[in-house]
Amino acid sequence: MVAALFKNDKAMIWVLVILAVISLFVPLCNLIFAPGSPLYFSAYTVSLLGKYMTFALLGMSLDLVWGYCGILALGHGAFFALGGYVMGMYLMRQIGNRGVYGDPLLPDFMVFLDWKELPWYWYGFDQFWFAALMMVLVPGLLAFVFGWLAFRSRVAGVYLSIITQALTYALLLAFFRNEMGFGGNNGLTDFKEILGFNSQSDSVRACLLMASGVTLILAFLVSRWVILSKLGRVVTAIRDQEMRVRFLGYRVEMFKLWIFVFAAILAGIAGALYVPQVGIINPSEFSPLNSLEIVIWVAIGGRGTLYGAIFGAVLVNYAKTLLTGWMPEIWLFFLGAAFILVTVLLPDGLLGFWQRRLQEQKQ
Amino acid sequence: MSVSALKAGEVDTRHGTILYLEDVSVSFDGFKALNQLSLYIDAGELRCLIGPNGAGKTTLMDVITGKTRPDSGSVFFGQTLDLLQMDEPAIAQAGICRKFQKPSVFETLSVFENLELALAANKGAWATLFARLNGAQQERIEQVMEIIGLTEHRSRLAGILSHGQKQWLEIGMLLMQEPKVMLVDEPVAGMTHQEVERTAQLLLSLQGERSIIVVEHDMEFVRSIAQRVTVLHEGSVLTEGSMAEVQNDPRVIQVYLGD
Repeated sequence: MVAALFKNDKAMIWVLVILAVISLFVPLCNLIFAPGSPLYFSAYTVSLLGKYMTFALLGMSLDLVWGYCGILALGHGAFFALGGYVMGMYLMRQIGNRGVYGDPLLPDFMVFLDWKELPWYWYGFDQFWFAALMMVLVPGLLAFVFGWLAFRSRVAGVYLSIITQALTYALLLAFFRNEMGFGGNNGLTDFKEILGFNSQSDSVRACLLMASGVTLILAFLVSRWVILSKLGRVVTAIRDQEMRVRFLGYRVEMFKLWIFVFAAILAGIAGALYVPQVGIINPSEFSPLNSLEIVIWVAIGGRGTLYGAIFGAVLVNYAKTLLTGWMPEIWLFFLGAAFILVTVLLPDGLLGFWQRRLQEQKQ
Repeated sequence: MSVSALKAGEVDTRHGTILYLEDVSVSFDGFKALNQLSLYIDAGELRCLIGPNGAGKTTLMDVITGKTRPDSGSVFFGQTLDLLQMDEPAIAQAGICRKFQKPSVFETLSVFENLELALAANKGAWATLFARLNGAQQERIEQVMEIIGLTEHRSRLAGILSHGQKQWLEIGMLLMQEPKVMLVDEPVAGMTHQEVERTAQLLLSLQGERSIIVVEHDMEFVRSIAQRVTVLHEGSVLTEGSMAEVQNDPRVIQVYLGD
């Protein structure tokens, strides 16, 4: 069955091998070898790669809805941010009385706002199992309610794109408010511990990279299995001929909903893995610009292959790391130009272009 | 007709009629696309619908398949199923299938996969996630590929088939749904002469077990398959009868055949 997932797809096997190296070899070398050894990877590299792995998962989840089902969701970052906030709430509760104000129960920002009690929706987040459940449930539930309303009313195309963008913008505004109880403008930060370990330590960073990489590989295999199932073919058929699918007796809205919720859950997990690695989550993660960036990763990497999105996410973010370090002001111009060039010249993205070249050479 | 008891959800054709449309009216912005149209289709018959552009042929198909809701009138599938209470997927699952005017196949899927998606089976999202073809289903797909003459093209992508082959594939997709009524909108538009002949044979071979309604402009094709012809004009039935009767009807000659 596992062999059937690969279907002689060499590019896919390469992507998996590279991901396995990044998620296992790099963190192990970081822990085993001392600085100065040629096999040593710095803590900076480890945390950077860990972040890229979560972006790759996020990009791949968007590819499921956009590349395979044709739904151009411009608010996909909202699910990432929600997963991140859930993880942030867990990490906040782990601080305990080590906060600036030393309150054993209330996070610092609540003490600062002069709140006396923990709001009801913060209960349970001191338990990791509960937080882990919420990482899946909260983004999944929002996607379910939103998708149910949108797809049943047959909102599609550019209108759907706009309301997904409105969704993430509405959440951005809501999370900015102090009354919401999520730290307002500043968000959640100053984390101390994750699962009882110092969240700033090198070994925890290495473990987080490992966890992100392994999660990405597993999510990739599950997504691949979904895409190769009959449901995957129905979803692709909806992208190409929605009316035909409906007249074959399929409830198109249920299939869109299924893939949308599945992708939202993956995005939420990506967000939850991202937050402990960067040490902060704030409302800017809901910014519509972030969601647009995800679309650009997928477009540049190549739609409808899953690994194209992974490649695109890592490539664009690597370029971002380099460029924002070198000349921060040109980054957005570069991103815009890259998007336009790829859309006009390489409609299948970089991987699609490369694969076509390989095929032509074979012939 | 036997008077055996019906199973729940089964189509009641004990009176010999499978589709009842009575006094159906549809208007778009004041334009009456269908005007108190009444039409009855018998179980197992092959009916041709003709009429000039704008006569309401496609709107009629839209009403039967649930795409358009009429302003008034009633549409029944057998004695008991009220189609106006059902949406498109429910109507399709009940056994009314439709071929579109423009060939609508899934171009990025293979011929086999196109037929597999059309297969009559549980079409819920979770059911399709775990769906596996069983022996009987596999065999049915082979059979249908044989009927539509695409067996050699089974693993080709539907997008690279010729225009005629796409039309046949779509007819095959209707067959996979084991329909009781097939609505076929302009099956021979854009086909070569030989392809038209093959399509005529195909449709003739399919009648009997199911009712087939064909909408077509190509009069020669209609002549080659028609038993009963219904002529639509300005949203209602102008006349109905054999091809010879219809052709000699002076009203028909005036609105359609004459020009």
